[in-house]
Amino acid sequence: MTSPAVRATVSMSLGVAGAVSLYGISFGALAVASGLDFWQTQVLSLFMFSGGSQFAVIGLAATGAPGLSVITAAGLLGVRNGLYAVRMSSVVGPGFWKRLLAGHWTIDESTAVAIAQTEPRAQRIGFWLTGAAIFVGWNAMTAAGAILGDALGDPRTWGLDAAAAAAFLGLLWPRIQSRQPAAVAAVAAVITVLTVPTAPAGLPVLIAAGAGVVMALLAERRHA
Amino acid sequence: MTLWTTILIASAVVLGTKLLGYLVPARVAAHPRIQRISDVLTVALLASLVVTQTAAIGSAIVVDARLAALAVGAVLLRIRAPFIVVVLAAAAAAAALRAMGWAA
Repeated sequence: MTSPAVRATVSMSLGVAGAVSLYGISFGALAVASGLDFWQTQVLSLFMFSGGSQFAVIGLAATGAPGLSVITAAGLLGVRNGLYAVRMSSVVGPGFWKRLLAGHWTIDESTAVAIAQTEPRAQRIGFWLTGAAIFVGWNAMTAAGAILGDALGDPRTWGLDAAAAAAFLGLLWPRIQSRQPAAVAAVAAVITVLTVPTAPAGLPVLIAAGAGVVMALLAERRHA
Repeated sequence: MTLWTTILIASAVVLGTKLLGYLVPARVAAHPRIQRISDVLTVALLASLVVTQTAAIGSAIVVDARLAALAVGAVLLRIRAPFIVVVLAAAAAAAALRAMGWAA
């Protein structure tokens, strides 16, 4: 009944879910350190459920950025999930409630595991198992981190502020392995350094994002 | 806007984007230009957030233990260390530098 392909999918799903969930501890602890309370932290993991956007919220909230900037940055970081959803639509298949739940669990990892499989059955199992396991693990570890974070006191003593920087670098790293995205990242970084002292809190990130898109469009026109 | 309002609206926007993807006809979103813009947007935002988390305190650019910690993280990513190891090592590096009094 269970083909080798399905067994490999299950092991990949659980491996990815385990690693990501562990990292939920640092999200929980950092969120509390950024000034969120336990339930604000948990609501992000329960409903937003997208690591990059969640880290953007706590990172920007800590700098005192206005709500609109926080929402825009989190929303833009979530755009890729919408594209994953289009890709996963045929894997998930029809059914309102099924698609609703699938939508909630459509993230980097569930999509990546599904795409990595060749058999349709393995793709379905990869998507659902990875999504479900990360949802449970990420939320449990977020709670653990939020409770632990409260007990830790000053987050800087433990280097939790540096952990957030490294977390963003870890999310960025696999995406800058070719020249064009690496150039976009470099330009975005320089623009941020230049705009942080002059632009209002929260805006530098959005300016950098806009500049990145303009760069990509210009590069496209040159190649066309 | 209170922090709660921000959190709830941002969550609704991110969740709504995922759900929207299941309503869009595949040929629209599979357009190569849409894919590229989405990739670039993600890269630029993450790169910018790396900088603010590493070097900003409010509206000042500050070089402190976080930069050294980020370098440790980069080396570990380079040698393909697992994500959780990268995050924990960066935290440990910053904590150690501060405990020794070598960096703020």
